[in-house]
Amino acid sequence: MSALLEVEGLSKSYPVMERRLFRARQRTEIRAVDGVSFSIAAGQTLGLVGESGCGKTTTARAILNLVQPTEGMVRFQGDDIVPIFRQGDRARILAIRRSLQYVFQDPWLSLNPRWTIGETLREPLRVHRPEAPQTWATRVDELLRMVGLEPHHAWRYPHEFSGGQRQRVGIARALAVEPKLLILDEPVSSLDVSVRAQILNLLAELQDRLGLAYLYISHDLSSVRFISTHVAVMYLGKLVEIGEVDEIFSRPRHHYTRALMSAIPVPQPGAAQTRIALQGEVPSALRRPSGCPFHPRCAAALPVCAETEPMLSPPEAGHRTACHNPA
Amino acid sequence: MAAAQPLLEVRDLKVHFFTREGVVRAVDGVDYSVNRAETLGIVGESGSGKTVSSLAMLRLVPPPARTVAGQILFDGEDLLTRTPKQMAALRGRHISMIFQNPATSLNPIYSIGAQLTEILTWHEKASRRDAEARAIELLGLVGISDPATRLRQYPHELSGGMRQRIGIARALLCNPSLVLADEPTTALDVTIQAQILELLAELQARFRMSMVLVTHDMGVVARMATRITVMYAGRVCETADAATIFNAPQHPYTRALLESMPRIDHSYAGPARRVLPSIPGRPPNLLNPPSGCRFHDRCPEAQAECRCLLPVETAVAPGHTVSCLRRGSPGIAA
Repeated sequence: MSALLEVEGLSKSYPVMERRLFRARQRTEIRAVDGVSFSIAAGQTLGLVGESGCGKTTTARAILNLVQPTEGMVRFQGDDIVPIFRQGDRARILAIRRSLQYVFQDPWLSLNPRWTIGETLREPLRVHRPEAPQTWATRVDELLRMVGLEPHHAWRYPHEFSGGQRQRVGIARALAVEPKLLILDEPVSSLDVSVRAQILNLLAELQDRLGLAYLYISHDLSSVRFISTHVAVMYLGKLVEIGEVDEIFSRPRHHYTRALMSAIPVPQPGAAQTRIALQGEVPSALRRPSGCPFHPRCAAALPVCAETEPMLSPPEAGHRTACHNPA
Repeated sequence: MAAAQPLLEVRDLKVHFFTREGVVRAVDGVDYSVNRAETLGIVGESGSGKTVSSLAMLRLVPPPARTVAGQILFDGEDLLTRTPKQMAALRGRHISMIFQNPATSLNPIYSIGAQLTEILTWHEKASRRDAEARAIELLGLVGISDPATRLRQYPHELSGGMRQRIGIARALLCNPSLVLADEPTTALDVTIQAQILELLAELQARFRMSMVLVTHDMGVVARMATRITVMYAGRVCETADAATIFNAPQHPYTRALLESMPRIDHSYAGPARRVLPSIPGRPPNLLNPPSGCRFHDRCPEAQAECRCLLPVETAVAPGHTVSCLRRGSPGIAA
């Protein structure tokens, strides 16, 4: 399988000054993303799930170099793109950005309120297709139709649109430069239930039609199950489990994944749901537990879990888990 | 029959926002009731009027909104005719509220202890010592470790889940008979949400209190509610016990809403996977709501009459009411 995007050992840490009473200030770091590896093939969707603060969004941003990765490799179509960003060769960076586009969570904040929708959609064309301005207008029409809007919407401003329509514009903007992979960061979280289904259907349809690959970031596991072919679960900056969607959902092996799934209330009253209760809350990334980051909250923790950090099982396994005592 | 009288009965409630652009009919003729020791789940999308109608019960609708019509019978007495002073004596004591965002519903400049004991010294004229003892007892009850220390802490020192536990403790301090919980877990992560829901269910059973749970999450109501009211565009579509709403919904909106949600326990892999049945269009603008049935322009079953007649809630089975002309509801010209 030739992967379109391969991420290997990706890390992002932020330096922080820790102040403690009666002690000198200490320089430490927060490891927001810690050695994350996965790959996505053309036409596939990797759902990246986890709770707030687990590093999902930072992972996505590090892939696009919106934050500079501290360590690790990001290979896109075979080339490591981290050094390309670091060298700052504009032509090559633009070429990468053309293929890797981002759809933001909040369609209220991610569209310029002073630009018409047409201007918003022409902007990526102006940057990436400056040689053919005569084609922009037709491309804008085409994009609007592609996402289920009408060409005359190009003359309107964002405030005239509902959340669902704005998210369609956000998707159209990302598609303007014919990318190969879209990073979708919680694209339906801020939308109403009845509109959510429309956007999820649109994303599925566009993927089939254009052969796109998606990195779908969400804390909403039911939409992840719908859209993804593969799922990766993160906890405190680490990847704890990754595999095919039905594998992960029907036979989760990491105890965090199991707890996360059992915590979702099923829309069926009286459903026999055995919830795996998690004690306490996610610890601060500043005080990351030793060994397995999940061990203080894990019911199946062994003595070894507090000492040695479990590694993700080898890639041949398909369904990979970082756990000493998987279920 | 006295025992069968519901604790709370909302009749034909109308709350309108008088804005510069015109009158927004946020809640436009809503009826529901809450029995003793049960949880009524009110579900709907944003703008359906679920939050505004629950604020109206406490007479807390913010200007430019006004409660323009209806009755809110609490223990047989109409809250809308009470004086502000009588309402103040009732809020937090007999009816209390758990808010959506625990970060903004606690006062950042007062300690947890000050915020909790104030309620007791105000409502029950409790001494400071008694109030503190009661506050410590409740913090223990909502699962907060080391409650005596927490009293001296401030909201910013606590995590979101802890703050929401404090919000729950605050709502229960005076043993209210009715608790209004407005999206109590929406701001929390799922594993914390599960902890909080479990806590609410346990406390509700223990104190036999009634609860109104306002949410947009069908999973949460399925887990918590005894009966469910589905709202759309300021009107009630359907009310029934939880199992009926999920297993035999009658109103086209309820059906469409349930079908449009992806299910975590359903596999979408395979070639014929991915089309979710979705509701076309979007929720209406209530400045200018659709004529007749509010849902008609998005409804797969709409007929000509749906455009001109407003359906009135009718029982289709004991305890199951629907407002849909296609299900036998009478219509009034509107």
